[in-house]
Amino acid sequence: MTKAARRPSPAVLSLALLLGGVASPALANKVFVSNERGNSVSVLDSTTWEKIAEFPAGNRPRGITMSPDGRRLYVCASDDDTVRVFDPDTYAEIGTLPSGPDPELFVLHPSGNPLYVANEDDNLVTVVDVDTRQVLAEIPVGVEPEGMAISPDARLLINTSETTNMVHFIDTESFEIVHNVLVDQRPRYAEFTADGSKLYVSAEIGGTVSVIDMTMDAPAVIDTIRFNVPGVQPEWLQPVGIRATLDGRRIFVALGPSNRVAVIDAATDEVIDYLLVGQRVWQMAFTPDQAYLITTNGNSNDVSIIDVKAEKVIRSVAVGEQPWGVVVAPDRSE
Amino acid sequence: MPLIAALPLIWLATAAAALEVRAAVIRIDSTLPLPISRLDLPPDDLGLTGAALATEDNATTGRFTGTTYDTRSVAVAPEAAPAALEALRADGVALIVVLGDAAVTLALADAAGPGALVLNAGAADERLREADCRANMLHVAPSRMMLSDALVQFLIWKKWPRILMIAGSHPGDRLLAEAYRRSAAKFGAKLVEEREFTDTGGARRTDSGHVQVQRQIPVFTQGAPDHDVIVAVDEADVFAAHLPYRNWDARPVTGSAGLMPVSWHAAHEAWGATQFQRRFERLAGRPMRAEDYQVWLALRVIGEAVTRTGSADPAVIRDYVLSEAFELAAFKGQKVTFRPWNGQLRQPILLSDRHVTVSVSPQEGYLHQGSELDTLGPDRPETACTAFGG
Repeated sequence: MTKAARRPSPAVLSLALLLGGVASPALANKVFVSNERGNSVSVLDSTTWEKIAEFPAGNRPRGITMSPDGRRLYVCASDDDTVRVFDPDTYAEIGTLPSGPDPELFVLHPSGNPLYVANEDDNLVTVVDVDTRQVLAEIPVGVEPEGMAISPDARLLINTSETTNMVHFIDTESFEIVHNVLVDQRPRYAEFTADGSKLYVSAEIGGTVSVIDMTMDAPAVIDTIRFNVPGVQPEWLQPVGIRATLDGRRIFVALGPSNRVAVIDAATDEVIDYLLVGQRVWQMAFTPDQAYLITTNGNSNDVSIIDVKAEKVIRSVAVGEQPWGVVVAPDRSE
Repeated sequence: MPLIAALPLIWLATAAAALEVRAAVIRIDSTLPLPISRLDLPPDDLGLTGAALATEDNATTGRFTGTTYDTRSVAVAPEAAPAALEALRADGVALIVVLGDAAVTLALADAAGPGALVLNAGAADERLREADCRANMLHVAPSRMMLSDALVQFLIWKKWPRILMIAGSHPGDRLLAEAYRRSAAKFGAKLVEEREFTDTGGARRTDSGHVQVQRQIPVFTQGAPDHDVIVAVDEADVFAAHLPYRNWDARPVTGSAGLMPVSWHAAHEAWGATQFQRRFERLAGRPMRAEDYQVWLALRVIGEAVTRTGSADPAVIRDYVLSEAFELAAFKGQKVTFRPWNGQLRQPILLSDRHVTVSVSPQEGYLHQGSELDTLGPDRPETACTAFGG
């Protein structure tokens, strides 16, 4: 964890912020980190990696995402049983969405609407129109739905159910489940490759990532990735968040309490490295240019910044208490 | 690897033929004195709502695999248990969860025969896992030594090795006291003195009874050698609840009161337990007890094995759950699996003060060449069980 070599002086920083308000700099993106225990969202600048703001985000904020135009920030306020919507410029709350009890993870349609929310208490996936705030559908799934993903062509919605140990494939037109695939214990998170040919699903308690081939008539598990770090008890290698690079070369898997992120060669699905990050690494997000990957480290109250090309951790930044989720604002033309 | 991954898929694809899984829960109701605290009064549906929740959970999964679950629940006196079992066996039910004491559980396992699989969700006696183990009996309930090891590991981590043990006079207390002696020897704690609190009978709750208790307990705990902590051994719920704050020396109380090693507690929230607690509370209208959790877990073991093997045959289920392929998430932070040498479910043990989860054992640093969970309870080299081919 290298320290920042140079820190901009406060005067320079405020000037930069001032300029940022006038004309958006090309490379700076806001990074939003939900702090589960801190009841807040921390905001970082992706060029300086300095924390520039922190604002209250309701009770127990976890899942966090953003509209494709960068105008709305959605936060699952789990203990408020609602999804809170914030203005990413002013940090003011601009509304709430019905989510069912204890929302934890969700995924937005690539167009920005609707929002698909996993409701762990009710064994349902709720489909919410973000403009009208109406519930469009409720889809019964397995016990304790958790991970949510949507295929790049937006035709398939993915939900993982933690106690049923299944991946449910839901048709986004009919809201019907069209396939179910069993995976290992407590599936947490699902991530498509950019071309949609493969789906990666992490099983936290099983300690594996299932690789599902999406090119056949029916999805099928074609490989199971296992993890091994010398000196780390196998039961602490608990895969949670997954991210696939847009160029199709790498898969990154957050390994929870083992404090490691696994780097996987997407061509062979072999683990090629483990990067030491903060404690209880949970979710991750790329910057839009894919140069950096930010990991939330729940037990060390910081985020680690990974240089994606070098596959090295370049620094860590303190955020609020128990960071959980992270999203990076898209590039935006004013 | 590809084999394991492919197995459920092949089966899912051919799951058109519906499978019905028939199981039963037999709860043995003995007449017991009332508990010290009215908070501990046993609910009528104790254990049985755990069964109902597990059946719902299994059925939700079964919707996707063409499997239905039918669980019969019976609550009977010990003397009526054999007849209840016979009726179930005559009906073709061969997967049987028993929530009862050691004697009845063992008798039912023997009466059920080799074609049935009995899951012990209640009895903590070591002998059922050791000398009296049975090939057709698995143990979901933790044994006494798993519980005592879990607590003593924490006491050593806390650097409280000097224990004053106060044990009741009931047979279960004697067994639990022996478990603590073995745990103390295993982890390097010292029992500086053992005292027996004799149950002299009588009502346990009287109006303003605390007035007398407040005088009795300090006197009873007076004059003990220097100790760091009290371990109360009181399965029959006679005195332990009265020890905290009244004991002579200002020392914490653990064991059957204060900090308690338990398989489950309604306050536990970590690892997704909150949703599980809420599902149970919505169904039962009350918080979950350890008995409910243990019955739930027993039926989930069955459900998971059925999902993975596509069979409801007790022999197939037994072989699968004892194999290395079996694993189950149980809201305790790591997978639970079975010890193949005696059929005991490996599981973390919660240390609860009945308000929050204080810690979870095994404690960090207790290493094991196989599973750290095997630092809790007798390990493979010590086993006296031969029914599992060991």
